[in-house]
Amino acid sequence: MSEQTVDSYTAAAPQRNVVSRIWNDKQTRSVIVQIIALILLLLFFGSMVRNAIANLEALGKGFSFSFLSTASNYDINQKLGWEYDSRSPHIKATLVGISNTLLVAVSGIILSTVLGFILGVLRLSKNWLTNKLAHVYIEYVRNVPVLLHILLVHGILVHSLPAPRESKDLAETFFLNKRGLFLPTPETPFLGYAILLFFGLVLAGLVFSYFFKRWAQRIQDETGVGYPVFWINLFAYLVLPILVTVGFLLFVGWEQPELKGFNFRGGGVIRPEFMALWLALSFYTAAFIGEIVRAGITAVSKGQTEASLALGIPRGKTLSLVVIPQALRVIVPPLTSQYLNITKNSSLAIAIGYMDITATIGGISLNQTGREMECMIIVMALYLTFSLLISMFMNWYNSRIKLVER
Amino acid sequence: MSDNTTTPAGQDYEPGTHPDLPPPFTASGPVKWVADNLFSSPANIIMTILAIFALYKIIPGFAAWAISDATFLAADRNECRELGTGACWAFIVQRWELFTYGFYPEAERWRVILTFVLLMVVIIGLLWENCPGRKHVLRFALIFPFLAFWLVMGGFGLERVTTDQFGGFMLTVIIGVVGISLSLPIGICLALGRQSNLPIIKYACIGFIEFIRGVPLITLLFVASTMLSYFLPPGTNFNLLLRVLIMVTLFASAYMAEVIRGGLQAIPKGQIEAADAMGLKYWAAMRLIVLPQALKISIPGIVNTFIGLYKDSTLVIIIGLLDPLGIGQASLADNKWQGLSTEVYLFVAIFFFISCFAMARYSLYLERKLDTGHKS
Repeated sequence: MSEQTVDSYTAAAPQRNVVSRIWNDKQTRSVIVQIIALILLLLFFGSMVRNAIANLEALGKGFSFSFLSTASNYDINQKLGWEYDSRSPHIKATLVGISNTLLVAVSGIILSTVLGFILGVLRLSKNWLTNKLAHVYIEYVRNVPVLLHILLVHGILVHSLPAPRESKDLAETFFLNKRGLFLPTPETPFLGYAILLFFGLVLAGLVFSYFFKRWAQRIQDETGVGYPVFWINLFAYLVLPILVTVGFLLFVGWEQPELKGFNFRGGGVIRPEFMALWLALSFYTAAFIGEIVRAGITAVSKGQTEASLALGIPRGKTLSLVVIPQALRVIVPPLTSQYLNITKNSSLAIAIGYMDITATIGGISLNQTGREMECMIIVMALYLTFSLLISMFMNWYNSRIKLVER
Repeated sequence: MSDNTTTPAGQDYEPGTHPDLPPPFTASGPVKWVADNLFSSPANIIMTILAIFALYKIIPGFAAWAISDATFLAADRNECRELGTGACWAFIVQRWELFTYGFYPEAERWRVILTFVLLMVVIIGLLWENCPGRKHVLRFALIFPFLAFWLVMGGFGLERVTTDQFGGFMLTVIIGVVGISLSLPIGICLALGRQSNLPIIKYACIGFIEFIRGVPLITLLFVASTMLSYFLPPGTNFNLLLRVLIMVTLFASAYMAEVIRGGLQAIPKGQIEAADAMGLKYWAAMRLIVLPQALKISIPGIVNTFIGLYKDSTLVIIIGLLDPLGIGQASLADNKWQGLSTEVYLFVAIFFFISCFAMARYSLYLERKLDTGHKS
């Protein structure tokens, strides 16, 4: 009926402008708009590429990644086990940078999650004083730039720590001074064995916990007898591997840091740059995570807890089986973006001289070779990959815990 | 009669239980509050004691360092050390002009102050709905950007000032205000584009947003400082500050777009269908029906993005612009004042805290004001 009226209307007005008729048809208009957008986009990118080629030719540079295999001519202070020196190629410097970025990102994620959950719970505590303290901390940290936190922590660490000769020591084993925290490490081959042992045990524990969970579920369904599955599994894939690895390490040879001349030799060191970056990033992100956790827990309605208690489920199980699963649904998506932020913010390492991706390939390599375009492409591609991997993992986790709707 | 209803005749009360008496000392007032909020359970008592202990450990020491043992006037670091054991604020007292204006010529600083005062007038007019003469202020807000550009940069009768003389808090405010006022409209366009039915526009917007959100701001600033000129026609060369402003704005607008998309997705489809049924065109429907509701929902996120942008403006020190942090770092290299990083960073932190905290509070106020109670 309505189509007929439209048709008769257009038929009755044949003198109308062709252009306006085409423009008023929704389908044709969308095609035209898209073609124009496509042409503009292509023109934009085309001119960018053309300009880039012309400019690079004028400078006699060309575009190639072959510089990656030439000697880097600079040293990196935190190598994380890579055999790297100033004669190593740029590609190796990049790899060292990647592992440094990953190290600070992963340790930052762990520490900030722990601190953030503590802050979130403190913010919900009935104790007025701790509640307000947590609030003041969160407001201060959130409203000050992260770069400032990093510089402040670094400044305080560097100025307050003593020189190597006057280092503070703990049982003559750990030494803390301006150059970092020096600690004993297992002798060379054993550290590798220990890492292998640890991850092997974790893997075995995970396999065990998968089957144990299914078995316990079956027993519970059949007989109603419940096992503390979570704690047993946690013991199997985390506590046991840690205990065995520590036990193994206690029996092998250790290398002590010793003061020789102006610095310590031997053993391992956690550098002040790493400590400053790690602590500042974690403190900063923890404030955000604290608010996320608080919002997540308050989002679970009180009726849920009351109903669960009314059913006679004990308080601990109410928390772990009713409240936390529902709170996690609210917490996980914003938590993901905080993890992404910590990874991206780790690029601020360059301000205090921690050698991450941005400081190696995007900083010194870029300045030494003058290959801005190639270096920046590599840096951006790496960060995009990390972001993608983290969001893929968190999306997978999110889809696992989310509400299954009919 | 009324006497009878409240206290029936002949009824006896134990001493202290008469209903007209004030509640007992322990059941009201500060004592009850302390008992309820600080000492209600053993765990609570432990937490209170720990918190008081932490405060006792931190506050007196910090106050002594920052105020009572601190030096406010001195010629250099050594004099500071002789005068007091605490913080040395003399450095900041001596250089506060550098921290505020950067290297802006001294004779022309009135222009910056004037622009800042006008900016405050515009901001108050925009944010305070019942302010007197709001209509004129809003009309003035339209020409303010051009006026501010002229006042700060010079030309047409005023002495020219180049952007490399900009610095300090002034630079932070410039980056913040320009980024904030441009990223909101661009963000809205990107969010609408991402929701569009037209696949090419949709995927172009998605690609842009996800790319920008996937890389750190600092890499974009590196691009601005080192290689943006490669993508421009040979021979063109434009100002570093302008390039930074473009990058910061694009960065913030990608985040803004995601915040607004959240708001758009929360609008029920019935709203758009109703607008269609009323015969509204796309832009009219968006402008009159969808965006007002979507923007209202996303106010907290929008303000958070503003705060983020404002804080991120500190990153420009890494490519050599001198915002307060950069001025501080540059001055710390001065032999006369070495080792004062804590004082400098705390000073800058207070500045950022005040401005960001104010923004956050305004967003809370706005949220409460616009809340029409439709939420469940």
